Amino acid sequence: MGARLVDLDAENACRRAFQVAAEVPDPEVPVLTIGDLGVLRDVRMGLDGTLEVDITPTYTGCPAMAVFTMDIETALAAAGFDRVRINTVLSPAWTTDWLSAEAREKLRAYGIAPPAGKASRRALFGDDDVACPRCASLDTEKVSEFGSTACKALWRCRACAEPFDYFKCH
Amino acid sequence: MTASDTIAATDLKGDLFAYALRLADDAAILGQRLGEWCGHAPTLEEDIGLANIALDHIGQARALYTHAAEIEGKGRNEDQLCFLRKEREFGNCLLVEQPNGDFAQTILRQLFFSAFMLPFWRKLMASQDATLAAIAAKAEKEATYHVRHSAEWTIRLGDGTVESHARAQEAVDILWPYTGELFEADDLVSRLVAAGIAVDPESLREEWRATLRQVFDEATLTLPPEGWFQTGGRSGLHSEGFGHLLTEMQYMQRAYPGMRW
Repeated sequence: MGARLVDLDAENACRRAFQVAAEVPDPEVPVLTIGDLGVLRDVRMGLDGTLEVDITPTYTGCPAMAVFTMDIETALAAAGFDRVRINTVLSPAWTTDWLSAEAREKLRAYGIAPPAGKASRRALFGDDDVACPRCASLDTEKVSEFGSTACKALWRCRACAEPFDYFKCH
Repeated sequence: MTASDTIAATDLKGDLFAYALRLADDAAILGQRLGEWCGHAPTLEEDIGLANIALDHIGQARALYTHAAEIEGKGRNEDQLCFLRKEREFGNCLLVEQPNGDFAQTILRQLFFSAFMLPFWRKLMASQDATLAAIAAKAEKEATYHVRHSAEWTIRLGDGTVESHARAQEAVDILWPYTGELFEADDLVSRLVAAGIAVDPESLREEWRATLRQVFDEATLTLPPEGWFQTGGRSGLHSEGFGHLLTEMQYMQRAYPGMRW
């Protein structure tokens, strides 16, 4: 019975730790949390009592990952978890397909057009139909494939003339 | 990791280390070259664009160097592999180290390389080495954007003004002799291909040429005939500018060994 109690405690602790870590906001897109993004993959208790946290990078060179790691450690420490090990897992590769409908709506409300379509659908040329996050018009055009961060492209709306960020399919 | 562990235990360990290192060197050196544009690109959007592509390559290099270091198992890390090896120890292909030249040359270098790497990563996703396969799955998505970006610019330049067309064609002619090396497979690669770990570069030639034909047709540019190709990068024989590149890239670790951000 004793062992069972310990397991339950560990399980509860992991669940709580997951909730705490999941609330850490993306430093570049603060309306999304790492839970929304799917960057947080797993939280479990290691044999030595260290909390093992698995995260996956969005882009291999994403500089936000270093900030994520620090912010997760800080948030967990504030919640009483002081022995934490953060592991980067590469497989399965992160994809924007993991963004929930709720996360996409948060992006739109923040002024960033959410990824349109599936990451698997690709062509050498031609773009997806991207709706302006401000006026919802589809009369939009790409200004540049690369924007302020690795995950975004620069677009412009021809209807309301506003430039906007587009969260690329990935 | 389990597949890597198994492979690491066999006599292919040395081959796998060298292979991961070559891929890492390709990515790191091209990332460094593209980084030289930071603050110097023709427009703000392109400044950001080229820096973003550089960042993708540096991210790929970090993952590959870290993997190589683990295979080697001698306690070296990504920084030591990237910043403390000498010129002759680098196995990147000559194409990625070619100087930026003008904007057209940078774009054509990227197109030649990325049009090769996109199908390369796609095939490497099936590698028996689980870590290489995982890195490939991420890099493949990034390469899609690199091909599209460089293809669109190649068309804009080639099918643009008389001047931009001439410069784009000149860039093609300058860089073409360095593309043959992409398809070289020495004994090391052949052994890893046989083991299901590496990609046979020859199997990518048709797709590479098809991509280029599509882009060049629209860009009104001429693909040079096959002919003579430069070689040497994979065995550590680099162009003159490469030493200068390393001098700048490795300065911090050479001046302050073991420094970390």
